[in-house]
Amino acid sequence: MNQFEPKILGFCCNWCSYAGADLAGTSRMQQVPNVRIIRVMCSGRVDPTFIIKAFEAGADGVLIAGCHPGDCHYIGGNYKTIRRISLLHNMLEQLGIEKERLRLEWVSASEGAKFAGIVNNFTERLKELGASPVKAQ
Amino acid sequence: MAKPKVAFYWNASCGGCEETVIDLNEDILKVADAVDIVLWPVALDFKRKDIEALADGEIAVSFINGSIRLEEQENMVKLLTQKSGLVVAFGACAHIGGIPGLGNFWNRETIFERAYKGVPSVENPEGTLPQERTTVDGCDLTLSEFYDTVKTLNQTIDVDYYLPGCPPPPDLVMNAVNAILQGDLPEKGAVLAPAKALCDTCPRRDSKPEKISISEVKRPWEIKMDPETCFLVQGVICLGPATRSGCGETCIRANMPCRGCFGPVDGVADQGARALSAIASILGLEGEENMSEEETQKLVDQIVDPAGTFYRFGLPASLLRRKKM
Ligand code: SF4
Ligand code: FES
Repeated sequence: MNQFEPKILGFCCNWCSYAGADLAGTSRMQQVPNVRIIRVMCSGRVDPTFIIKAFEAGADGVLIAGCHPGDCHYIGGNYKTIRRISLLHNMLEQLGIEKERLRLEWVSASEGAKFAGIVNNFTERLKELGASPVKAQ
Repeated sequence: MAKPKVAFYWNASCGGCEETVIDLNEDILKVADAVDIVLWPVALDFKRKDIEALADGEIAVSFINGSIRLEEQENMVKLLTQKSGLVVAFGACAHIGGIPGLGNFWNRETIFERAYKGVPSVENPEGTLPQERTTVDGCDLTLSEFYDTVKTLNQTIDVDYYLPGCPPPPDLVMNAVNAILQGDLPEKGAVLAPAKALCDTCPRRDSKPEKISISEVKRPWEIKMDPETCFLVQGVICLGPATRSGCGETCIRANMPCRGCFGPVDGVADQGARALSAIASILGLEGEENMSEEETQKLVDQIVDPAGTFYRFGLPASLLRRKKM
């Protein structure tokens, strides 16, 4: 059985989402192992270049997780992230990469279950979508 | 002492780079005095066999413009590399792909379909497409292979230096020629232009406030653009924050925003991603905390062609290189 296992690169902000992901782990929540997490100080630190580079390097999906709007440790980092991801969605579609492959989610430090749910759901969705079109070329 | 041999060659390009050599004006006479031109298809009648007859490395420097679309172009630049001491990628197309690089939103099949069948002015009832080999009256005719993807020069051969611009301005060309003649060159791989971003040298930089917020994106034809105010302040997308300077700000002085032909500044892997990041940060910055999802989407959608805007000149050199299809 050769089931496709998507590779997801996750960027979690230090102050909320990384702690949320950590909570999912320490609480032993059931979560598929498809995501590799990179900790960044703020979701606003995620340069669109990182995301494009992840796709170029073979990621099937990229997850950005940050503090809820209003809660960013740096006050407005995540507002910029919203607009960057939204513009990047439009641009990736033009380049043949489905926008569903790039997700932006808000996860607070107490939302371990939410984090695990996002990862499970994203993985499922990517399985339906199949391997990244970047890899096919 | 024999004069150093110099070659000029063109690939997928428009001829504007040849023009810039002419734009050296009187300086071109100094160049012609100092060097021996062994190849320049636009002006002189040398052929491939003349280059083949030279010893390896005999050409001091080849200035090669245009991106690589055809097999014939690839073969020719490989021959030139073998015969040249130095290779300079001349102009935006050779450097980062240029306007022909926008062909990377399509592939051979879709381009042929459009160009030879779909265009209203084309009459081709049999739907004939260019073939690499055809026999006509017992004669074998060949055409160069047309690749799916446009490549930059350094994706095809080893390049020593880059002269950016569409086309490179005469002062940078002259500086490069002098540096080569005097053997006073920077490290291999350098772009022979300033390292700073265009905003640093822009005549409008003083009108650019610390904080810009774009509440409505305007395309150049939609408004009467003020000739002195930073384009971003006017809501017009300008790639100055993400583009290398050295162009002489000619577009800005002609009241048009920067389109990015000089490519990224040193150390930036993807010019389009950098530009997107800069523009997205200032879109609706004022009052961002109260912006609804719909409002954000509406504002972002006002940039109707983000890939074409941010990769206008640099799609082949970008991390993804082309549309995936
Ligand atoms: S954004 Fe454009 S107009 Fe404004 S300072 Fe930069 S280069 Fe000049
Ligand atoms: S610190 Fe978490 S999004 Fe800015």
